[in-house]
Amino acid sequence: MLTVVEILWAIPIMAILISLLAANRVRHEYVNLFSAAAVFVTTLALLVFSPTKPQQSVSGYILISPFGNWVTLCIGAVYLLASIYSTGYMRILNVTGSKAAKFYGLLEGFALTMLIAPFMNNPGLYWIAIDFTTIVSAFLVGFEREAESVEASWKYLIVVSSGLSLSLLGIVLFYWAGTFHLGPVYSMTWATLHSVAGKVPTSLLLTSFLLVLVGFGTKAGLAPMHTWLPDAHSEGPAPVSAMLSGALLNTAILGIVRFMDVLDGTAASVPAHLAVIVLGVLSLSIAAMFIVRQQGIKRLMAYSSIEHMGIIAIGFGFGGVLGIAGAMYQMLNHSLNKSLLFFGAGNAMRSYGSKEIHRIRRVLSFYPVTGALWLLGAIAITGAPPFGLFQSEVAILRAGIGGKNSWTVWVIGLLLIVIFIGFMNHFRAMFFGLEPAPDSLPVMQFNSWLEVPMWLSLAAILVLGLWWPSGMLHFFTEAGKGL
Amino acid sequence: MLTAHLNSLATSLLSFLMTLALVLSFVMLGSHWLRNHILAFAAESWVIAALSASVAYYGHYKELYVIAGLTVLFRGALLPYLLLRLVNRLKIDREFTPLFRPASGMVVGALLILIAFALSSSIGDKLGITNNITLMALTAMFGLNLIGFLLMVVRSEAISHILGLLVIENGIFLGSQILVPGLPILLELVILFDLLIIVMTFGILVRYLKVHAGTTSSRDLQKLVG
Repeated sequence: MLTVVEILWAIPIMAILISLLAANRVRHEYVNLFSAAAVFVTTLALLVFSPTKPQQSVSGYILISPFGNWVTLCIGAVYLLASIYSTGYMRILNVTGSKAAKFYGLLEGFALTMLIAPFMNNPGLYWIAIDFTTIVSAFLVGFEREAESVEASWKYLIVVSSGLSLSLLGIVLFYWAGTFHLGPVYSMTWATLHSVAGKVPTSLLLTSFLLVLVGFGTKAGLAPMHTWLPDAHSEGPAPVSAMLSGALLNTAILGIVRFMDVLDGTAASVPAHLAVIVLGVLSLSIAAMFIVRQQGIKRLMAYSSIEHMGIIAIGFGFGGVLGIAGAMYQMLNHSLNKSLLFFGAGNAMRSYGSKEIHRIRRVLSFYPVTGALWLLGAIAITGAPPFGLFQSEVAILRAGIGGKNSWTVWVIGLLLIVIFIGFMNHFRAMFFGLEPAPDSLPVMQFNSWLEVPMWLSLAAILVLGLWWPSGMLHFFTEAGKGL
Repeated sequence: MLTAHLNSLATSLLSFLMTLALVLSFVMLGSHWLRNHILAFAAESWVIAALSASVAYYGHYKELYVIAGLTVLFRGALLPYLLLRLVNRLKIDREFTPLFRPASGMVVGALLILIAFALSSSIGDKLGITNNITLMALTAMFGLNLIGFLLMVVRSEAISHILGLLVIENGIFLGSQILVPGLPILLELVILFDLLIIVMTFGILVRYLKVHAGTTSSRDLQKLVG
């Protein structure tokens, strides 16, 4: 399986080399598309063919586990969708030549850093991979070089770097805790940390975990460390927003989940799970408040990402077979569905020439196809049946009932209803509002690059909502045993 | 454990160096001139390099000599040089809109050190650590972290934010030299390089800020809200 992982990394590296060496001689959009398609196929192969038990290789530096493969699949899927969309989007923006080489090179680099992180068996190296995702994506957020986008990428870099420094502190404390039993020099992996966690005093474990949670929670956009997220998601180009939201946030959640797993079976486990659930509920509440009164269309999507990260955190916080299965399923559904919404928002923004919700009116009569796809995506993202998120959210809620923290189920239910009403109200206004629409709307002809990825993701979330393959629950159960 | 068998000379040397690092962070708190901050940061990095070298000598961790050398090179010379160049290019000499006066900033910093000490002694109690060096390393690590965050909170210049972050990283690095001298060298090397890349990224973005947003003060970056 190691070979497959190597192939997975080699593909974007080759694409980056091409965009560096042959800046003006090739069509970078096609190089990137090929890279994305190959990455997606490889992630699928990895998920299907790798064994259900986690495996270590390269003297313990690389970990291939079902959970990691699952996150990789989310990254691969979003990378493919975003690449198809970028091809059309960059054509609208008239980005060609060396600027296109730069954009696609950064996009491939962003995908590469995210594809490295889930396979890191050493928490320190995982931290470094996450740090590199920040650096590469900061340039993508600021790609359009407007005052707002540079401001957003600056905030992103500062907030996330300082958050991540806390998780580095947490990782050092984890290592220190291990030295009491394993001696001053040992190789730190998720498994060795787990093996000593039971012998370490609870207070030290919990301190380290909370630092790590705050750090990676910043990266994952959990409230109250989410402040960079709406800015970065709304100011980057639409395909970048999709990658940030659909792929990056999941990659950061992976770290939190693995540290929770390290604590499993110790006395620190219960408060750690509670802390994750509390951050999740807080994220949901903040998202609900800002969704109801939101004015920017992409910020609306960004707050919905915070909501979904909150739900995923709560799912893992509940734990158990159902909680983990629901949260993992939610990760994939979120990736696909949020990409669809960001693509729709990108199309609307470009055609109405505004990011403000109140300027986007009567979408369906101007753009029947894109509009309908976008509307269906919006219904799906609020967790309505028959789409995938309905399945996963119900699974997570069921995991919570009867558990230690069942109070959260009621809070989540209430907040989900508020978010549903708030979110759909904005879409009602944009699609069926009676306010006068701008008369002279330049009706744009969307090229099919901009619509095909929307069709693809809608089809995928519909299938995921209607059909749980028989092996799925078995896969999630096995994945939950060795995160 | 490294700290279990140190002679009294080594103990005093290590505690002297850690105290020096903390004092240098107060130099940063006490001045609003960016050049002073950068010089204090450079000096702090040299102190930490000396600390690595002492741990290498007394604890027989040979690879820490390499780390000490690279710390001097990267944190002690290259990063300060890049930052000084940035300050000269942007023509920003000092912090204009600090939240606190220098004196109040130092008092808050002192309080933060007390908090760090309380936290360290509580962890030390739980772990049954009676060794002063370990407690002091914890205090210095948490203390520098808190002071780094304080620097970022009360100042608004972009370069002050970078420096705040670097102080936080220095604190973690200082603590890890004493607490976990056996941390794999690969990890330490990558973290050093990573820091360099981050600072270069910051440098590029600060110049974008100046060109495209017309300001480098977070007080004027108010476009994105809600």
